[in-house]
Amino acid sequence: MNTEFIGIIATFFITVAIAIPLGKYLAKVFAGEKVWTDFLKPIETLIYKLSGINVKEQMDWKKHLKVLLLINSIWIIYGFFILLYQDKLPFNPDGNPGMPADLAFNTIISFVANCNLQHYSGETGVSYLTQQFVLMFLQFVSAATGIAAAIVLFKAFREKTATNLGNFWEFFVRSITRLLLPLSVVVALILTFNGTPASYEGKDQFISLQGDTINVSRGPAAQMIAIKHLGTNGGGYFGANSSHPFENPNYLTNMVEMIAQTIIPMAMVICFGYFIRRKKLGYTIFGVMTIGMLLLMIPTLHSELGGNPQLAKMGIAQHTGAMEGKEVRFGPAATAYWSTLTTVISTGSVNGMHDSTMPLTGLWQLLGMMVNGFYGGCGVGILNYFIYLIIAVFISGLMVGRTPEFLGHKVEAREVKIASIITLLSPFLILAGTAISTYVFTAHGDVAWSTEPKAWLNNPSFHGFSEMLYEVTSSNANNGSGFEGLSDNNAFWNVLTGIIIFLGRFLPIIGPVAIAGLLAKKKFIPESAGTLKTDTKTFALMTFAVIMVLNALSYFPALALGPIAEYFTMLK
Amino acid sequence: MKSNTKLFEPSLVKTSIIQAFLKLDPRVMIKNPVMFTVEIGTLIMAYVTIYSLGHTIEGSPIYNSIIFLVLLLTVLFANFAEAIAEARGKAQADSLRRTREETPAKVLMENGSFEVRSSNFLKKGDVFICETGDLIATDGEIIEGIATIDESAITGESAPVIREAGGDKSSVTGGTKVLSDEIKVKVTTEPGESFLDKMIALVEGASRQKTPNEIALTILLASFTLVFIIVCVTLKPFADYANTPITIAALISLFVCLIPTTIGGLLSAIGIAGMDRALRANVITKSGKAVETAGDIDVLLLDKTGTITIGNRKATNFYPTAGTEMKKFVDACVLSSLADETPEGKSIIELARVDEKAILPIVPTGSEFITFTAETRSSGINTPNGRRIRKGAFDSIRNFVQEAGHIFPSDIEEKVKHIASNGGTPLVVSENEHALGVIELQDIIKPGISERFERLRKMGVKTVMVTGDNPLTAKYIAEKAGVDDFIAEAKPEDKMNYIKDEQALGKLVAMMGDGTNDAPALAQADVGVAMNSGTQAAKEAGNMVDLDNDPTKLIEIVEIGKQLLITRGTLTTFSIANDVAKYFAIVPALFITSIPALKGLNIMGLHSPESAILSAVIFNAIIIPILIPLALKGVAYKAIGASALLRRNLFIYGIGGVVAPFIGIKLIDLAVSLFV
Repeated sequence: MNTEFIGIIATFFITVAIAIPLGKYLAKVFAGEKVWTDFLKPIETLIYKLSGINVKEQMDWKKHLKVLLLINSIWIIYGFFILLYQDKLPFNPDGNPGMPADLAFNTIISFVANCNLQHYSGETGVSYLTQQFVLMFLQFVSAATGIAAAIVLFKAFREKTATNLGNFWEFFVRSITRLLLPLSVVVALILTFNGTPASYEGKDQFISLQGDTINVSRGPAAQMIAIKHLGTNGGGYFGANSSHPFENPNYLTNMVEMIAQTIIPMAMVICFGYFIRRKKLGYTIFGVMTIGMLLLMIPTLHSELGGNPQLAKMGIAQHTGAMEGKEVRFGPAATAYWSTLTTVISTGSVNGMHDSTMPLTGLWQLLGMMVNGFYGGCGVGILNYFIYLIIAVFISGLMVGRTPEFLGHKVEAREVKIASIITLLSPFLILAGTAISTYVFTAHGDVAWSTEPKAWLNNPSFHGFSEMLYEVTSSNANNGSGFEGLSDNNAFWNVLTGIIIFLGRFLPIIGPVAIAGLLAKKKFIPESAGTLKTDTKTFALMTFAVIMVLNALSYFPALALGPIAEYFTMLK
Repeated sequence: MKSNTKLFEPSLVKTSIIQAFLKLDPRVMIKNPVMFTVEIGTLIMAYVTIYSLGHTIEGSPIYNSIIFLVLLLTVLFANFAEAIAEARGKAQADSLRRTREETPAKVLMENGSFEVRSSNFLKKGDVFICETGDLIATDGEIIEGIATIDESAITGESAPVIREAGGDKSSVTGGTKVLSDEIKVKVTTEPGESFLDKMIALVEGASRQKTPNEIALTILLASFTLVFIIVCVTLKPFADYANTPITIAALISLFVCLIPTTIGGLLSAIGIAGMDRALRANVITKSGKAVETAGDIDVLLLDKTGTITIGNRKATNFYPTAGTEMKKFVDACVLSSLADETPEGKSIIELARVDEKAILPIVPTGSEFITFTAETRSSGINTPNGRRIRKGAFDSIRNFVQEAGHIFPSDIEEKVKHIASNGGTPLVVSENEHALGVIELQDIIKPGISERFERLRKMGVKTVMVTGDNPLTAKYIAEKAGVDDFIAEAKPEDKMNYIKDEQALGKLVAMMGDGTNDAPALAQADVGVAMNSGTQAAKEAGNMVDLDNDPTKLIEIVEIGKQLLITRGTLTTFSIANDVAKYFAIVPALFITSIPALKGLNIMGLHSPESAILSAVIFNAIIIPILIPLALKGVAYKAIGASALLRRNLFIYGIGGVVAPFIGIKLIDLAVSLFV
């Protein structure tokens, strides 16, 4: 038990120890200051030249969003057709078939959106070409898109007043060349040396002691698993994700993968502070996020290590905690740690079965995804947090008797309107999505679809409700993890979650960037004693209260019918 | 006009109750999206009540009708809050307006004769005559004559004031009374378009426009309302999945409890009350926005005289030269000042009488008084017995003494320098061309003013003193009074430039002025308060008019603006925080019959599902009238710095907002459970 705790505490501190200098480094990279990776500049110049990009061109917030959406739609079209026709394309040693249209729709949006919800299984659903040149490619560029969007927002607050917020392509290319690519090489090498496959050969075969012939899938996995975590994507090479012994062979790789998925989201917060020359603000936000994350993780550890009360009632001793759905090589503590981080951050990779965790653990996992801003995904985490910040600034600004202002810019009706719409979006997508599913399940359970709706759920009752709620929440948060136990590869779920992922990805990028762009254009108001400071403990508390209250109020009834009802029923 | 109307004046309550019903008109309600949805909910409940008479599935008709009534009360309470705020503002404005109703005016005709006409028929440009004892019929500008006027009907100040044609004190206000002399007044506004009329219209709601912050807050509240619409609508399929029938009464109750009805119901009342508070401070605002902007002010331009110092300079010390007796010196000072009508002269006599216990000499008959001129820069007296006493500026008296061949004592010279460096003004006194000593004149800084500046500093407001004094004196007074900056030897364009410079830095500037030459600066300032006694041009240029002509009023106005925003912010926080407890009351009540395990959520231990829901909606309704006094009076502003203030309000209205409904709902449930 003790070594399990030491393991996760060490993992956390190593993560922070890497993230802080990484954040400072990123602030310099994106500010164009001198850094040691400047030797990579010729590569960037070459990319710009080949693509005909003029990085000197200054963009306002609208232009930034325009090119962001343009390039993303190109990727969607490109990937969609490869997924459809992968069986006719090379690098398909296992002869996997092309995807049906609904699955291709879901998969391509899911990967462009950095969500990586997978309704297919890597072993049988995709070719090596797809894995490498669609999925892994998108894992790099979707993460870079999020980071570049965040840098646009940072840029808005670096100068007192600004219309031009830098060049999108420069931010985008640099996030890959200076951050994602070098780190991926390091992580992929560690994984390879620990046994993760990185070959292009097809399935291997062996005959077991019982005499069965067993086919073992392999392929170029290590490189994908590296970026899957660093870019908070989470889409596994194999169906069982990071609980698969090839994806995550041992405790060391488990630590590396946990660290890899957390460092960039953490570093982006630190980067924000240094980039806008208010490092205290960066650390304050980091503090709020860490406390929020711990408030989800500590009860998760408690319920997982405590074991299942139903089993305890039968007199079964559970020295190691609740082991159902967990890998023996990681144990419940490392699995609980992972399950919290993978849900607060939008990675969505799993090293155990979330479906098998205790009911309250499911509650914390859901809450982590609903908040989606305790570190959050690559770049987008801080964008989500920014919306909470604006709401907090507005209410507390009024409470101190001044027209609310954030970093010297007045927050007025227009900004509040955008923030309100984005705040509204998550409850709308999550609740409406779940409502449609439950309605179809209850009212039209036997409709003649390839999978009848009444056959969707592995578990009836509250747990089944959680399965649907989790699927929709994970889509909206662009998390991509599954509660599982839900038959999700059918037209209904592919289309529903595809739409939710799309809206849940791009609107929360457009909103914050638009607010930041509008604020940046406003006259800068110097600070006075009457100005509400946003880097104080009091304001941090206010933001935290806004996050908790907004989410609790939006989701309490739904959570009550899912994990909370299950919890109380289990105790009975 | 400083009336202290009770918060709930019985006559106002009566009209407000009627108004509360009239405001149920959906065309009026739709302006307030939060309460409008409650009204729709109430209507649905009315239908459900009737429906349940024949169908048991929707619960008992009695229970439904009670819910219906509570919801109706919620809407009425909110309407009442708005109505009472309007009524109070209107009552205040009416009492101002009453002073000017139906006053006869002697209108000057072209042929020189005059005709008596009622004030209601006076047009802009008409000229009327007012003699001793006449009430001035309407607002106007004196074009001829000078008069003493009793403005107590407007300002409550009984001391008469002097108003005269030309200059900065030419405005007269309708309803005030001429005490002496005769004046010709030109009407400056059309009937029904005076500032007061505009203000009344603002309070009455006819032309009241939402202020920028109010709009932003309304948007936020509307989006919260939408979130709760989503929560409640989706609850139906969720409940169907869980095989839990939910009655419409329960769904609507949950919805009404969750949406921010407390702030939604009080929002417009808070805005009106803000303007009303300004009016009670005898400030007429031209728009609600101006009051709100006042709370954001960063820089305050204040005139030295009258704001920071009491009127004029006063004598504070007598310094006789070595070899001159104090008694003799004081005697000379008094003699030279007896005929001096200036405030300085009077203050010398006052100082002699009080501090030196001097017996005032009688002026010998046949004395000749020398009045002050710009050339001699001295004044004095020549008595028949040959005493020639002069008092004046240091260099003019020195020349005077030295020209007569006498020596000017060096200790006087030192004293003069000393006084000047302390921000005072030295007056040298001589008798028969011998210097006797120095009188020290000092600006008297108003008691308590430096504390007010300290308070402003904590609010984050920078104070700037505007004075005609030289920079040395100005600096001294500025330091002593505790202002942050000063403009010395100020000309009108200096003010204007200062305002523009500050605004270029992104700051909001407020100033007060009265003269025509202040008008451009008043117009440039974000908040320009014109004195009612000031010229028409100044009043047109500013966005507020102070009826009391009190230069310290700006400080009050800033606080009123801040209070307005704070009240909105804290009640929003309170309203949202309330929802936590309401969830714990209603959600278990919704599901407990079919999912008994969820009774673990009933942490308040409420009696039954019905009593829980009813208690929550009752709490939700009565919290509105309970908070009306707070909305009308405003949440107190404490100048303790922004973070400390946030901490304080977050504690009271945030934590308080979470805790209060737990207690309230439990108590109501205890009472309700006696019946259900």
